[in-house]
Amino acid sequence: MEIPDKYSDELEQALLMLDRNQAEKIVMDTLKLGPPAEIAGKLLSKTLQNIGEAWVEGRIALSQEYMSSIICEELIDKILPPASPQRISQPPMAIAVFEDYHLLGKRIVLSALRASGFELLDLGGGLTADQLVEIIHHEKIEILLLSVLMLPSAIRVKELKKKLNGTNTKLIVGGAPFRFDEELWKEVGADAFGKDSSEAIEIVTKMVEEMR
Amino acid sequence: MTPMERVLTALSHQEPDRVPMFLLLTMHGAKELGISIQEYFSKAGNVVEGQLRLQKKYHSDCFYPFFYAPLETEAFGGKTFYSEDGPPNSGLPIIRDIEKITHLEAPKIKESKMLHKVLVAIEELKKEAKNEIPIIGVTMSPFSLPVLQLGFEKYFEVMFFRKDLFDKLMQVNEAFCIEWANAQLAAGATAICYFDPVSSSTIIPREKYLETGFQVAKRTISQIKGATATHFASGNCLPIADLIAQTGTAAVGVSSKENLANLKETCRGKLSIIGNLNGIEMRRWTPEQAASNVREAIQIAAPGGGFILSDNHGEIPFSVSDEILKTISETVLTYGKYPILSK
Repeated sequence: MEIPDKYSDELEQALLMLDRNQAEKIVMDTLKLGPPAEIAGKLLSKTLQNIGEAWVEGRIALSQEYMSSIICEELIDKILPPASPQRISQPPMAIAVFEDYHLLGKRIVLSALRASGFELLDLGGGLTADQLVEIIHHEKIEILLLSVLMLPSAIRVKELKKKLNGTNTKLIVGGAPFRFDEELWKEVGADAFGKDSSEAIEIVTKMVEEMR
Repeated sequence: MTPMERVLTALSHQEPDRVPMFLLLTMHGAKELGISIQEYFSKAGNVVEGQLRLQKKYHSDCFYPFFYAPLETEAFGGKTFYSEDGPPNSGLPIIRDIEKITHLEAPKIKESKMLHKVLVAIEELKKEAKNEIPIIGVTMSPFSLPVLQLGFEKYFEVMFFRKDLFDKLMQVNEAFCIEWANAQLAAGATAICYFDPVSSSTIIPREKYLETGFQVAKRTISQIKGATATHFASGNCLPIADLIAQTGTAAVGVSSKENLANLKETCRGKLSIIGNLNGIEMRRWTPEQAASNVREAIQIAAPGGGFILSDNHGEIPFSVSDEILKTISETVLTYGKYPILSK
């Protein structure tokens, strides 16, 4: 199934203008082109990736990326409810904010991934390495996305990674310290780093395919 | 020239004897005193001693008695969590239900023990500075403080969809910010650093800034009885540089993510530039990289004055080594002498 570019372009414009009604109309129009799961992957996910890239390049602001993700998440819940088989057949994934309560980055990535058809456990913020390890074991998490704002916390991801040695859990990191020092994610032993939600979608998509 | 003369000359868009340098060190004072960060910020005297030692060691052209970001939300009833190796951090937002903004009141500066400590530190430093070294006070902008008061998500909801609550919040925060900034100036601060990361183009688009953060900054800065510098704490500002100059501020703290030459060209004669060393990368720079980055920034932005070398965030991370700080300082002292050839 192919979705013409005009839908993505129009959806992007509607999202950046915070026009929920127009965004919903465009998504509902595309449902005649294919099943909801494909709309999620090919339209919403693609549009959010374009928006994410625009933020990284400084063409739009974080507030626009945030609002776009939230609107898309609302739309995806309408066309692809959380309990749908396409979502729950994925490996267990979770997202958290490491050590503090700056939750915005996590919220954007969570919404963007959910809008792309993925289902994730939202672990919240202020979590320590030991708390995360316990949850990972208990919930059998295979992919953990970690949002970090403070540099010391970013450096301490290394301790979390050590505690995860011997497990199959993949660790994806994101947040300001990793954006301002693009070597840092390797230094702390993360499996991947996403500059923004668009890269998070790409990385998770690839990891899920490799795990199948 | 004294540091004061050097800085004032640069801010007048003229060339002083050498490029002024603001090494914005906060937690490093604890390292100098051999105590924990929590203990360091528990007494004004520690911060005074820390700032004196750091200025002597690195020849920074200012004292920077900034304690930490959540200080002001503490005055509103918030909690601060200390770390052994990083800046004190705020706990959960103090306003969980946005409707409570309706009843929010600005705290009295005199009633906050933490704010009082900052004022005492400024007063003590003023005695030492003898009008020769600028003392930089700090206030969070009324427009950016809500991130700590509400959290980002709820703040966006208020900013975009609840103009009634947004206006009320700004009214309270503006009154607090103006009183806090003026109290620091009265205590002896030379100028105020107006931290406004939410106004940066990284966070909100220019159109939104024009109707919100810009208006707040114009109203607030006009009532602060001294010079201000606006800092975006690593956020971008090039798309709004023309507007920043209209808020009445004298200088702008810029990000390493934006092209320094473009910033210089845009701000020339209107706004002095403070920046733009990447504080996050700094912790793993070699001395050669540090010297090279300092030289490059000076070469691009220092000719003609209007430039103060600094980091891009307004606070150098605790993990940046003394060796790198020393290299930055030595490079400015030697390579930063005017005249400097343009790149």
